[in-house]
Amino acid sequence: MGWFFLGIVGAILAWLTVSYGLGRPPRHGIRWAGAALGALWAVTAVVFVIRFTHGMGGMTHMTDANPWGVWVGLLQAGVALSGGGFVMAATVHIFHIKRFESILRPVVLLAFLGYNFVGMTLFIEVGRPYNLWHPWAMWQHRSIMFEVAWCVTLYLTVLSIEFAPVVLERFEMNRAIKALHRVAIPIVIVGVILSTLHQSSMGSMFLIMPQKIHPLWFSTLLPVFFLLSSVAVGLCMTIVASLYSARLFNKTLNHWLLADLGRAASLVLFLYGAIKMVDVSARGAWASLLTPPWLGVLFLLEMGAGVFLPAVLLSRHSIRKRPFRLGMACLPVLGGVVLNRLTVSWFSMVPYTGPNYVPHWMEIAVSATMLTVLMTVFGLAVRFLPVYPIKADGAS
Amino acid sequence: MSEGISRRNLFKGALVAVASTVLPRSMAKAEGLASRGDVFAVLVDLTRCIGCRSCMRGCQRANDLNAPQELMDMDHLSSRIEPTYNLWTTVNVEGGASSPPRHVKRQCMHCLEPACVSVCPVAALHQTEQGPVIYRESRCIGCRYCMVACPFDVPRFEWNNGLTPVIGKCQFCAQQRLFKGLPPGCVESCPTGALKFGKRDDLLFEAKARLRSRPDVYVDHIFGEDEVGGTTWLYLSDVPFDQLGFKKNLSQRPLPSFTWDVVSWIPGIAAVLASLFGVLAFSLSTKSDQGKGDKHP
Ligand code: SF4
Repeated sequence: MGWFFLGIVGAILAWLTVSYGLGRPPRHGIRWAGAALGALWAVTAVVFVIRFTHGMGGMTHMTDANPWGVWVGLLQAGVALSGGGFVMAATVHIFHIKRFESILRPVVLLAFLGYNFVGMTLFIEVGRPYNLWHPWAMWQHRSIMFEVAWCVTLYLTVLSIEFAPVVLERFEMNRAIKALHRVAIPIVIVGVILSTLHQSSMGSMFLIMPQKIHPLWFSTLLPVFFLLSSVAVGLCMTIVASLYSARLFNKTLNHWLLADLGRAASLVLFLYGAIKMVDVSARGAWASLLTPPWLGVLFLLEMGAGVFLPAVLLSRHSIRKRPFRLGMACLPVLGGVVLNRLTVSWFSMVPYTGPNYVPHWMEIAVSATMLTVLMTVFGLAVRFLPVYPIKADGAS
Repeated sequence: MSEGISRRNLFKGALVAVASTVLPRSMAKAEGLASRGDVFAVLVDLTRCIGCRSCMRGCQRANDLNAPQELMDMDHLSSRIEPTYNLWTTVNVEGGASSPPRHVKRQCMHCLEPACVSVCPVAALHQTEQGPVIYRESRCIGCRYCMVACPFDVPRFEWNNGLTPVIGKCQFCAQQRLFKGLPPGCVESCPTGALKFGKRDDLLFEAKARLRSRPDVYVDHIFGEDEVGGTTWLYLSDVPFDQLGFKKNLSQRPLPSFTWDVVSWIPGIAAVLASLFGVLAFSLSTKSDQGKGDKHP
């Protein structure tokens, strides 16, 4: 029943996403979207009530044998996919490649919303969300989770400061903008450092379980892999989101900026893939491709379709020069990173825990709601705030 | 430019300060209790266990737990019981396939270098000076990192509590009994002497003596002596441990050290990045800001 409902909502939203993306909005598209989202959000409201009255046992399939479910993987993926924020901020403000400044704002907004996804997920994922401030008061600095908690909250603050000028511009608060401008670069630097630290720490989080994670994925280089893949996927996410929102909101966009990002992504992907290959060889883990075979297939899928294929595609000028092809070449990277995070936090531990966990549909409903709420916020922000500076000048 | 340098120095100074205060203290702490033999410990001799589950009842009494009582009734002795957030120790029949079955008591192993304590972001799990690893409910945020980190899968979560779920795990009766000079509830309830309470060094000595005196009976291994850097609960058995569901291939290296290798780098990396980015940002900005940087005010 629940899965059926989610399937219908998902199908409607996917159909709308694709048809808008192709520039052929269906009739009553907005109404369809409203109905689907309304239904999804209403159901999730009930799920929330169950969560806080009956506990997680009432609406998830997590058990003592599988204490982390799909939410942790999605949360990890959310952090990675928001990597565009720090990559682009560093490009523009630290390396001073100023031509990318025109796409910086939507990327920062995207990262900000991505981290909100993380925060919202945490709020429902941890048992006692009202204690989420405790890492600030009760230090335990040997914990990776402690470091992640600090970095993520600080970085969320940084992101709001980075994005604040857009809101302030809308309300023409020039004095505040000037003040912010003065601290801009230090803030960006702090943001980039925080990101580097916690993006890699998301991987370090798993270093404590060498005996539980499948050898194809467990490596002391996990922090490096998580950092590199977040850079790659951050670039690809920037490309996809820019292309899509440009199409959706009729913004003009300098395509060569995105094409350059594509080339950078290709390099990072090659680097990531190469280190990964060397790492698996050095640990002599190739034999584990067969124990069990389905994880081996997953690994090949992740590395082949999610890393090397897009790396090759994006290295080709003929692919990069056309917006559609560029976007399509980036999509598998997004999928690959989501798969990777889900695998490290979930699938790779199945041989250890046993195949007892399949998410409850309500778990998926919660994540889908958070995702769609934030995408709606993104749409509204683009519509009502000068997120795309050039176009907004003409409009106001 | 000069402004840039001073800012950078400020940054660097601050981070170095943080690094130098954080590092030595935690380095010292990272050594844990591994080198100390006078921590509280229990020796479990599986050859002496008759599976009466008195220890389970003793545990419930000593800690005011409220697991369904009938689970522990004498007529259910053959049914399997899994630990839960309010059932901290279990005795079940293990093995039996390629070896004779044995009753095996399980509870928290109270590691010398506990993974759960090292991962808990708020120090809700805490290793006391005398060895027992205790849980302090009021700090817990319920992230369940302790559960995934534990090499013995000991911590349990209260899944059906919406607002105040707790992590449940054996407390070694630390506050209830040990610190008052009493032995743990389970040890006191054991009618056969399968459980023996004492200091870790003494019990290791005793275990080795038993191994030496009956080499024909015992498997030549003390489970817990070296596993994950050593635990304070030690096991002797006459059936190979891995056939009784004990984890094999556990690293002898304490698990927290895997993470610590990385965490200890963090302040240094932050400092390096800060100075690097600081130099880059400010040196590049003087050049490009006068040039084409003006295009996007
Ligand atoms: S669930 Fe509680 S005790 Fe366990 S690691 Fe998280 S905060 Fe610590």
